[in-house]
Amino acid sequence: MESFTFTHQLFQFMVTGLTIGAIYAMVAIGFNIIYNVTEIINLAQGEFVMTGGLVMVFVHVSLGMPLVIAFVLTVIVVTLLGVVLDRLAIHPIRQPSVMTLIIATVAASMIIKGAAMLVWGKNPYDLPAFSGRVPIDIGGVVLQSQYLWVIGFLVLIAIGLALFFNRTILGKAMRACADNADAARLVGINVQQMILLSFALSAAIGAVAGITFTPIALMDYDRGAMLAVKGFGAAILGGLGSFSGAIVGGVILGLIESFGAGLLLSGYKDAYALMVLLIVLFIRPSGIMGSLELAKFKRF
Amino acid sequence: MVKRWAILILAFMVICGLTVQPAVASYKIGAIFSVTGGASFLGDPEKKTAEMIVDQVNQAGGINGKKIELIVYDDEGDATKCNLFARRLINQDRVLAVIGPSQSGLTMAIIPLFEQFKTPLISCAASHKIVMDEKTGKPFPWIFKTPQSDSMAVEAIYTQMQAMGINRIAITSVTSGFGASGREELLRIAPEYNMEIVADEKYDPRDTDMTAQLTKIRALAPQAIVNWSIGPTQVIILRNWRELGMEKITFFQSHGFGSRHNIELAAGAAEGVYSPLGACNIAEILPDDHPQKEVTMAYLKDYTARFNEPLSSFGGHAWDAMYLLIDALRAVGGDKAKIRDYIENKRGFVGQHGVFNFSPDDHNGLTKEAFHMVVVKDGDWALVE
Repeated sequence: MESFTFTHQLFQFMVTGLTIGAIYAMVAIGFNIIYNVTEIINLAQGEFVMTGGLVMVFVHVSLGMPLVIAFVLTVIVVTLLGVVLDRLAIHPIRQPSVMTLIIATVAASMIIKGAAMLVWGKNPYDLPAFSGRVPIDIGGVVLQSQYLWVIGFLVLIAIGLALFFNRTILGKAMRACADNADAARLVGINVQQMILLSFALSAAIGAVAGITFTPIALMDYDRGAMLAVKGFGAAILGGLGSFSGAIVGGVILGLIESFGAGLLLSGYKDAYALMVLLIVLFIRPSGIMGSLELAKFKRF
Repeated sequence: MVKRWAILILAFMVICGLTVQPAVASYKIGAIFSVTGGASFLGDPEKKTAEMIVDQVNQAGGINGKKIELIVYDDEGDATKCNLFARRLINQDRVLAVIGPSQSGLTMAIIPLFEQFKTPLISCAASHKIVMDEKTGKPFPWIFKTPQSDSMAVEAIYTQMQAMGINRIAITSVTSGFGASGREELLRIAPEYNMEIVADEKYDPRDTDMTAQLTKIRALAPQAIVNWSIGPTQVIILRNWRELGMEKITFFQSHGFGSRHNIELAAGAAEGVYSPLGACNIAEILPDDHPQKEVTMAYLKDYTARFNEPLSSFGGHAWDAMYLLIDALRAVGGDKAKIRDYIENKRGFVGQHGVFNFSPDDHNGLTKEAFHMVVVKDGDWALVE
């Protein structure tokens, strides 16, 4: 205990902040994918994370399926949820304004949350950590192995998305929709399909966030909204629509919370994060990585 | 034609009047709980418990031959609705007494109403302000409550700490009503027990990680941590405490920890954690000669058999309120003033959360002895000797 110095503390805050930040970043990426293609903010994004965690608990703990199979199955289930959300809530709306669609996602988030409460009840659920609960001790700084899984998956998702959007026709088609939907339609891209794909992709990433996060923080039906707010903050901070921005924004938000709680008064943790968010928006209204030029072409 | 109708209606009214007559011979009791909404974990078991008791008593022949008629309203955690229902119970339903509400804030909101209409209210909420009129320094005449006050849990914890030779402590609390009230009491009572508080950390009810707060505490090296929260946060902080290897700092949880589900969720991290709990939480491990053994075991058996879900200590508060009222009705019948007088002078009432001794100066009737200090051992509660 004596050897636990201030430097140790700082490292501990950093490790924790990075992990929480990685989760925020995953949620923020989910926001961005849908925003880029449709210009709407999908406020049910946090619900994808929550469902991911709870479905994983059901498949892995209740049904006893092995980790890898349960993981894949959960991602598939939540991806289907994303598809259903698009088909039932977004697609049927005729002549949509961006605001109508956003309100539709609010309704969807309430329905998903309510359904989850009916299915799983109000108690929180636990998931065993992927590789055991024995913490890794690095010179006094304690690291849960699950932290590494969270950060590892964020890196994987980031690399995967970078490849997808830059190297594949499908990814490029999605980017085309993001740049100009009408022009994309003119060159023969099925915009509706791209929207569907964006919801599926966001849901899948949300599921991964939920699955990796549940062993650290438990999961209950009510968790989605808070994660959505934090993830949205991260997306705004990094610049709405920018993937690198989402990661930077998420990590910064996580670090501020962790250092704020550790070094200053812990009760005002969320206030520090909001303050930084506001300051950044005053100085750079488009966010850290966002482009103001591009934002001018957006409807929202 | 008109005449025939009039006769028919008259006959109908007479018949109705006749059939209603026996139903009048029942005791009408009101209840307001937060059955749905954010505090449903309080109101839901309370409603179930109250209804179960009414069924049981009525099946056994009622109170001196009279049945109980229970009217339950759900305030959804909303003070306006709570107020509305309180008025309806007093003025329209004309009940003899009301049990509930589930939450302290809502109880405070309807106290003036019950004082005005001189109707007994037995609250299932914890705040000591419910039974202490700050203007007069005495309890509100018509208001009682069954849950223990936070201060009793704090005293039970501090007493245990003194026995263990602990006097340097850190506090962590959630920024909700429950956490804030507990924190206030921890800080207020600390000097009486010579406790030095070296850290006072907080977190949000929706927070997912408290490693930062604990890391800060770790560097200050207190002898113990007292945590005051309900919901997932109290489990997460416990896991963080274990992961950081802080077992040398003894961990005390508030009475909000009183569910075995929490021990399970902590996945081994709860081992060695202390918590002050009411007898209701720990019926199975109470010694056979414990005064509350019989009532707590009976309630545990009935509740789990009927609802097929684990017992919640909050339901126990409704049990205490219901039986206190039934006791009064049995002794003095359906007269509001007599019911009030009876409860105020009731001594030795054996309930789920303690043996109640009411008096004109104490409308809660409990002391810190209503809490039993338990420690988590091999994944279950064990009484601390």
